[in-house]
Amino acid sequence: MAKNNTNVNGEAVVKKQNQWVEAWKRLTKNWSAMAGLAILVIIILAAIFADVLYDYDNVVIKQNISARLQAPSAEHWFGTDEVGRDVFARIVHGARISLAIGLSANVVSLTIGGILGACAGFYGGKLDMIIMRIMDVFLAIPGTLLAICIMAALGSSVTNVVIAMAVSGCPGYARIVRSAVMPVRDMEYVEAARAIGCTNKRIIFAHVIPNSLAPIIVQATMHVASVILTIAGLSFLGLGISPPTPEWGSMLSAGRAYIRGNSYLTMFPGLAIMITILALNLLGDGLRDALDPRLR
Amino acid sequence: MWKYILKRIVALIPVIIGVTLIVYFIMSLAPGDPAVTILGDQATPEAIEQLREEMGLNDPIIVQYVRYMFNLCRGDMGTSYKTKKAVSVEIFSRFPATAKLSIVAVIFSTIMAIPLGIVAAIKQNSFFDGFSMIVALLGISMPIFWFGVLLQLLFSLKLGWLPSTGNDYWYSIVLPATALGFHNVASVARITRSSMLEVIRQDYIRTARAKGVSYGTVIKKHALRNALIPVITVLGIQIGSLLAGSTLSETVFAWPGMGRFMIASISGRDIPSVLGCIILFTLCFSVCNLAVDLAYGFIDPRIKSQYK
Amino acid sequence: MSENMKKDLELDIKNLVVEFRTDAGVTQALNGLDLEIEKGKTLGLVGETGAGKTTTGLSILQLIPDPPGIIVDGSIKLAGEDVMMKSEKEMEKIRGQQVSMIFQDPMTSLNPVMTVEDQIAEVVAIHEVDANGKPIAYSDAIKRAKEMLELVGIPGDRGTEYPHQFSGGMKQRVVIAIALACNPKLLIADEPTTALDVTIQAQVLEMMKGLRDKYGTSMLMITHDLGIVAEICDAVSIIYAGRVIEHGSLEDIFDNTRHPYTEGLFNSLPDLDHREQRLKPIKGLMPDPTNLPKGCAFCPRCDYAMEICQTQKPPRVYRNDEHYVECFLYNEQNIKEGGVIGR
Repeated sequence: MAKNNTNVNGEAVVKKQNQWVEAWKRLTKNWSAMAGLAILVIIILAAIFADVLYDYDNVVIKQNISARLQAPSAEHWFGTDEVGRDVFARIVHGARISLAIGLSANVVSLTIGGILGACAGFYGGKLDMIIMRIMDVFLAIPGTLLAICIMAALGSSVTNVVIAMAVSGCPGYARIVRSAVMPVRDMEYVEAARAIGCTNKRIIFAHVIPNSLAPIIVQATMHVASVILTIAGLSFLGLGISPPTPEWGSMLSAGRAYIRGNSYLTMFPGLAIMITILALNLLGDGLRDALDPRLR
Repeated sequence: MWKYILKRIVALIPVIIGVTLIVYFIMSLAPGDPAVTILGDQATPEAIEQLREEMGLNDPIIVQYVRYMFNLCRGDMGTSYKTKKAVSVEIFSRFPATAKLSIVAVIFSTIMAIPLGIVAAIKQNSFFDGFSMIVALLGISMPIFWFGVLLQLLFSLKLGWLPSTGNDYWYSIVLPATALGFHNVASVARITRSSMLEVIRQDYIRTARAKGVSYGTVIKKHALRNALIPVITVLGIQIGSLLAGSTLSETVFAWPGMGRFMIASISGRDIPSVLGCIILFTLCFSVCNLAVDLAYGFIDPRIKSQYK
Repeated sequence: MSENMKKDLELDIKNLVVEFRTDAGVTQALNGLDLEIEKGKTLGLVGETGAGKTTTGLSILQLIPDPPGIIVDGSIKLAGEDVMMKSEKEMEKIRGQQVSMIFQDPMTSLNPVMTVEDQIAEVVAIHEVDANGKPIAYSDAIKRAKEMLELVGIPGDRGTEYPHQFSGGMKQRVVIAIALACNPKLLIADEPTTALDVTIQAQVLEMMKGLRDKYGTSMLMITHDLGIVAEICDAVSIIYAGRVIEHGSLEDIFDNTRHPYTEGLFNSLPDLDHREQRLKPIKGLMPDPTNLPKGCAFCPRCDYAMEICQTQKPPRVYRNDEHYVECFLYNEQNIKEGGVIGR
């Protein structure tokens, strides 16, 4: 670190790259973050190759009453559900749904919230005030409750879940991007860029956003976790994704009727949710430690 | 002091207007004609049209909203489509149960979490620290409803110690409050720990030590109060997730509260009831946040001086 | 060394070695530091940032953050008693009563959520006893706190305010009031004026001087400012990379400078009488304390460095009973003659 301080200004670009390399090195030293990353990679691979592993229509959806409520065995690792579907296959496909919604809702929230926050933080003044007041109003509604409200109005479907989660995620991102952009805005190199005639748009995309990335990456990781958790909650309440689509929350909800004799029906979907969230939280914690400049 | 509180309450009004506007607008997107919902499919178009006119459904949405807010201020939240009773009556008969559940959960989780975080910070990198932080991480990773189901499975079905549903005995609240509060224990303990770790590295802690104050007293007298300041912020945010989470806990444990009523109303397309529940939840959240903001003043004199 | 026994020493540090052991490596903060303060006298400990000045102060109070700091070797005697032999309970009695410390940054040295008088009264309540040997009542401690505030030039009724309502200079006065509240035998002042404006610096310094003279307190003045040293100190120790490399009375150091580093410190100051002279700053930076040079620590920056400096630690050479220097440029004969060789 002492060596970095002696760098002259001309090496700022090299330093910037070093910063990411160093952050990655710090991350690799953090065993719990690496464990989280490893689990996450496995889940992502399972989600990507879900169709290769289990056929959606014939295994995941098709009912097979003769094989209903079988306890876990070599043939059905996690047993079968009340209509004879393989629970493991459904959990693998559930990963695909949870991750897909989690990621796409995040991308939408980040894009909309990020642009709003960046504009507010970068231009300041009245625009900032208007945007942030509106965001404050949204933040005054607990996120899950806003999602429940949207789902109640729109009805349950995958698209509506994405909309609900995207909307409720926007204000958080707007805030984070704004507070990340604000201090960067006044930095010398942004002033320098403006002095040599860069347009505002170029400054935002070339200078401000790359320098606000660290807190956004951390927030995104954590937010995917909270989105997945909320989707499961919504589906559990019957407001999210409805059966027969293999969503973890709705699987858990359906399994509750059989909790006395077939508790594995609630056990495995719950475990799947917990492990996914745990992995994301471990990774998020590690990323925060690796990227947070205050701890360096 | 009172002037400051009044100022904060006044500042809350536009937020409440904004929040209700958003919620009202979103709920108005719900498909289906409320008049059809009430009268049934067999009703004649004339009857439906007449009811629409009576209910003011033909007015522009903003007029409907203003009318709703005007009635809300008088405590009138409309009439439930399903039970035909006043929504305010339906909601307030269930509100105490939800309030009780949430308050017990908040108190339980705070009492658990703050000492846990402090001890973990003081004994940083010890076995206790590592163990409690792993438990906390599991806590924030576990869905409330799943944890609730697990509690039910163990304490009601396997051991038979506690009732699995309802609110029939004083101890019925133990399981739903535990399920609801556990998530909070985890996040509050984590923030307490990291805040405490930051505070015990501050110069004024060193000053206190240099005065001859013992380590234990330094922690109790100097570090704790400073460390609690960010914890209170998190508690405020947690109340929001707790209110929403109460819906899940109530559903799992069949707790006769507002959350469960709201979910039932959603599936019954009972829009006024849903609207009433969501608005009341949001108002509670705003009031709690205001209370949290005011609580700052008691802990942090730097904020208290802004009261004047 | 028989003369040392005769001296009445308030503080006597011998061969103090302190290391900070982290995953990144071992930082050698102090490497055989020797320090002596006679009763009632003020010693200036002068050096650059990172030379180990604050570590020295914290070692005396046994408040080195542990982990990662460890006192590896040496002895610290307060009025003849070794603090290293004391239990934590005994140290708590010494801190604030026998030895007090003023820290560098008054902005962060006070607890933001406690009133100023409570913070002063706390130290009084811990240490002071009444006629029967019982701890004094808290109301009496508050009374004493208000007196202390008046003593450092703050109206006593402002004691009920919080630190954020005070300016930097006033905060430092409060810190000084805390430090002096129990009439300590030894006051460690760690750059007490660095964080203050120049005009406030002079005020605070003048006040400290007055209080020291009034109570006959011994003082360890940690600073990098030779102006402050000239103002307030009786003796000076120059510290470099965790070791005293030159020590002597104020006159010895100011008028008979020997070590090239001390010389460099003086040359870094502007000389108002000879403004046409250019400043001659010491080149380079302090050596990395995780990787100190094998020989003399100052060797890489020294204009007079010789071959032997790179490989061996310089021995201590005395110019008189008190003034000594650790540098290969000198031997028993030439040290008594002129200034730095080559000047």
